Amino acid sequence: MSSTAAQSASLSSATGAIVSLRDVGKTFASGVGALSGLNLEIHDGEFVTLLGASGCGKSTALRIVAGLIEPTEGDVVRPAGRNGGIGFVFQDPTLMPWASVARNVSLPLKLAGRRDAQADPGVTSALARVGLSEFAGSYPRELSGGMKMRVSIARALATEPKLLLMDEPFAALDEITRFRLNNDMLALWHDVRRTIVFVTHSVFESVYLSSRIIVMTARPGRVFTEIKIDAPYPRGNFRTSAEYAASCRTVSEALERAMTVS
Amino acid sequence: MNAQDRITRDESRQRLERAVRVVLPVLALGAGVLAWDLLVRLRNIPPYILPSPGLVFETLLNDWPVLWSSLLVTLTTAFEGLALAMMGGIGLAVLFNRSRLVEYSLYPYAVILQVTPVVAIAPLLLIYLPQPLAVLACAWIVAFFPVLANTTLGLNSVDRNLVDLFRLYGASGWQVLWDLKLPAALPHILGGLRIAGGLSLIGAVVAEIAAGAAGAGSGLAYRIAESGYRLNIPRMFAALLLLSVTGVAIFAVLSLVTHLALRRWHESAVGDEREA
Repeated sequence: MSSTAAQSASLSSATGAIVSLRDVGKTFASGVGALSGLNLEIHDGEFVTLLGASGCGKSTALRIVAGLIEPTEGDVVRPAGRNGGIGFVFQDPTLMPWASVARNVSLPLKLAGRRDAQADPGVTSALARVGLSEFAGSYPRELSGGMKMRVSIARALATEPKLLLMDEPFAALDEITRFRLNNDMLALWHDVRRTIVFVTHSVFESVYLSSRIIVMTARPGRVFTEIKIDAPYPRGNFRTSAEYAASCRTVSEALERAMTVS
Repeated sequence: MNAQDRITRDESRQRLERAVRVVLPVLALGAGVLAWDLLVRLRNIPPYILPSPGLVFETLLNDWPVLWSSLLVTLTTAFEGLALAMMGGIGLAVLFNRSRLVEYSLYPYAVILQVTPVVAIAPLLLIYLPQPLAVLACAWIVAFFPVLANTTLGLNSVDRNLVDLFRLYGASGWQVLWDLKLPAALPHILGGLRIAGGLSLIGAVVAEIAAGAAGAGSGLAYRIAESGYRLNIPRMFAALLLLSVTGVAIFAVLSLVTHLALRRWHESAVGDEREA
């Protein structure tokens, strides 16, 4: 299933990227220019972070990749398939409060017309992957903030998407929970080898997680520079290493410069 | 040990509070009835001006066959009115939600229907419709708007990210309505129904009163009007009592339905559970 999505993506893109944005611009109806001349290529298996200050258009870029909004100019290539190809995790857990965890996770399958979606093995394995197998029958309000976020991630994984898009998913969580979920995300990414595009305004988070960081300018956003983080995965002790500190400094400086250019 | 103590103390305080919340209104009712009885006895008020509570209760028992059949008539009208209001209110709200044009064209008239006092419409309806239908129409008119307004509010307050999520997974319009918008609006819809239940009874009563002696109906309100003409004040009180109890019962049933439907997920019902 995912291989056909990859094929059609590579057919439509000359460079072999599974996502590519070319000269993408977005001006909202209110006249606010969110993006201008954004060029971006994302390759199979990457963990890419879009890093930028609040309001720089990084969430808008992610929504364009997801197909939730259309750009005002430029071309977009994204994995084919109406729904199976992309998973999306919002800043808030965005769960249906009236439905159990299992029903929330099975939603994408149900919307795709799968009968008895809750009993689907995809749901069971997605829940197991985020460590919430025992909570299948619980309701969102009975869970902590971190657990709700895990449910949200499990839901995005349920269709086994080729591409996972995450819009500041851990911004609202406390630091301890965020660190744990960061570790879990990396383990997950290592296991299933999805392509992940992650939006954040945290330098530390971006350096710890990604194989490539794309630093964006202030609004209207475009790519200021990109920085590769070469540290090998798994990154168990990376957070306390000297390389991590050095990378954080490099990225911080880049971000500071990105915010002053116009 | 200390914590254990505190828990038991908390529990017993909660139990006390619960008991107080039942006992106090009962005491207040008892005091009121007692004062009423004393007033009638001490002042020698004749029963055609103010019957004693004992006499009202007696009348309730003696006239039970008549009152019971009247109660059934009024209750049936109120429930039919509520059912129609529910279908019409939810249906129209869904239509409004799907099409702005329909909303703009019809919403003002729904408001006009609501703000025009039903007492003023009832005589007209009684001219054009057979009486049972006119009474039902009145019950429907007053009960319909709260369902429409609340459902509209509920359908419009769906989490936008969830709407995006449904769109991302290619949900059809029907799926968005059935799996997202209606469940999200459920607390609002049930709130509207709770208001509509009481109003439906009021609408039925108003229409029966307006029909008055001219009507062939035999609802509770008709009994009240009839007893009034005959100066049968104890029966008036008995019918009134029955009417209030009915109103309370309708509210209680709808509250129970709300609680059962929402208790797992909605803060309002969860809060109830913690208190109760």
